[in-house]
Amino acid sequence: MTAIELATSNGTLMDDHGADAALAIRSMTVSYGQKPAVFSVDMTVPRGSMTAIIGPNGAGKSTLLKAALGVIKPLAGSATVFGQPVENARARIAYVPQRASVDWDFPTRVLDVVLMGLYRELGLLGRLRGTHKTRAMECLERVDMQDFAKRQIGQLSGGQQQRVFLARALAQNADLYFLDEPFSGVDAATEKAIINVLQGLRADGKTVVAVHHDLSTVPDYFDRVFLINTTRVAEGTVEEAFTPQTLQEAYGGRLAMGQLGQTALGT
Amino acid sequence: MLWQALTLQLGYNATLVTLGATLLGVAAGVTGTFLFLRKRALVSDAISHATLPGVGLAFILMVAMGGDGRSLLGLMLGSAASAWIGLLCISALTRRTRLAEDAAIGAVLSVFFGIGIVFLTFIQTMSEGRQAGLEGFLLGSTAGMLYSDAVIIAVGGATVLLAVTAFRRPLSAVAFDPEFAASSGLNVPRLDLIMMGLVMAITVVGLKIVGLILIVALLIIPPVTARFWSERVTGVLWVAGIFGGVSGYLGAALSAIAPALPTGPVIVLVSFAMFALSLLFAPARGVLAAVLKHLSFQRRVHVRQGLLALAQGQPIYEKLTLRLLRRAGLVRADGVATSDGKARAAKALRDETRWQMARSREEFALAATFYDGLTEIETVLTGDQINELDRLIGAPKGVRP
Repeated sequence: MTAIELATSNGTLMDDHGADAALAIRSMTVSYGQKPAVFSVDMTVPRGSMTAIIGPNGAGKSTLLKAALGVIKPLAGSATVFGQPVENARARIAYVPQRASVDWDFPTRVLDVVLMGLYRELGLLGRLRGTHKTRAMECLERVDMQDFAKRQIGQLSGGQQQRVFLARALAQNADLYFLDEPFSGVDAATEKAIINVLQGLRADGKTVVAVHHDLSTVPDYFDRVFLINTTRVAEGTVEEAFTPQTLQEAYGGRLAMGQLGQTALGT
Repeated sequence: MLWQALTLQLGYNATLVTLGATLLGVAAGVTGTFLFLRKRALVSDAISHATLPGVGLAFILMVAMGGDGRSLLGLMLGSAASAWIGLLCISALTRRTRLAEDAAIGAVLSVFFGIGIVFLTFIQTMSEGRQAGLEGFLLGSTAGMLYSDAVIIAVGGATVLLAVTAFRRPLSAVAFDPEFAASSGLNVPRLDLIMMGLVMAITVVGLKIVGLILIVALLIIPPVTARFWSERVTGVLWVAGIFGGVSGYLGAALSAIAPALPTGPVIVLVSFAMFALSLLFAPARGVLAAVLKHLSFQRRVHVRQGLLALAQGQPIYEKLTLRLLRRAGLVRADGVATSDGKARAAKALRDETRWQMARSREEFALAATFYDGLTEIETVLTGDQINELDRLIGAPKGVRP
């Protein structure tokens, strides 16, 4: 490959290991038991981009994300964040897990959840000060949830829960944001609020990677896509990689051709 | 007599036991909170049963080395070692095989307890050592408690309490959202092991007073009770510590005035009494509060539906609705609306119409999430927004503006 082919959109050169990329995954295989959920996947996420990870159910989207974060240990392969192993780059990573992954009857209030985004920074014995609470409140304001700071989390609607999770990630003040299905089961107002925040992050030069399931909004929300069906199907800008051919390849018969036409061709 | 027990005037031994039980109760309640929040309460049962082989082996070992085998510290070290092995067995069974944790707990608990009983039976037949009282570790026995025993319990309990306080943030982060905790760099398996280690320490420290069969009650009942009273981890921790301490204190005092009563079970019963009271009477999460809240909600729904029916001229069939409307003076005995009723009904219908419009428009989407059929729209929207809604709804049809 020539250097020109490896040049990213903003003109900087990437080496083979993606040292300049926000996230570079190399030959990653993740397996629960004997069947790999993700097999030998390479992925490169340029800095300042917004990438949607898409693919059919059970294609390994969330698994790939968790392995990249080091939440699950891959069987093979590695991930680097800004050229460093994930363990050394934790302070630059924020994560929004799936809403359903926690017990919302846990005895905690909205503000306390957001403060969890600061625990890393606080360390084991650091004291929680007024400035931390102010910062957490600012994050709640960015998702329009400041009025709910003192609410018990069990009283929130699905969309509000998702906003709180996003606020917690904002409190982490990271450069790379991982989100697992942030728009799943939320109301329209929340979806709009979340996408505004994410696009604001990109405008500030942050990088966003989200597992996404709604194909119709991919071209509006994201500038890059990563199609996965256990193995990598396609990767690139929306124009390059979000085509009827790649979608057909990733989803197979599970997606009607009409739907493909509407989402990919119609844009 | 009870007063003397409560004010620690019942002699040296009773005082030692009461103080020890109180501190143990506080430490167990606080430690157990994280176990409860992490939803791994049952592991503590396996840990406590797995202490028994260690108690037996430590006794045999100490006798073989020429002692009388009664050193509490030695027995505690032995029980800690075998509890740790039991813990590792559970964690290995869960991680390396396809067994679920509950099955692993059941297997480890019963096998270790069985081994322990075999050791104890063997010890009964030994001629050396002073084996009498060893079975006290099953249900606790405070009769012969020494000053040095009390010191060990106090120091152990206080150390665990300090450690739990230091780890409270990472432990609660892992309990609430283990994936997020792992992504932010916390070592979740290690923190789980630390939590289990602290639980094990409490178990070992509590062997003398409540015994290995009942220690699980001291770890679990206070946090469960505390959950009725607080919606925050810090609150649950405090309340669980207090409830645990009070159980230990009251239980030990009660058993001191009636020496036939064993200390451990009495502590557990006091703890249960507080649980039962909380279950029934806690303000937000108690059973009584839930029933009252449901009834009042049901009444509001009936009144609202009744008013909407009145406004639309529909007949009301439900007896409860009619009774509630009559009691509020909104309808007469024959079911016809009073003037108050008419006004309230018109208001309810206007509210509902505005809500319907708000819920159909994207610009009101956030406010629409507050719709529950009962909330008055004025409490959610500003006057300007309501005017905008009224403009969208338009004037009544067929009426000139």
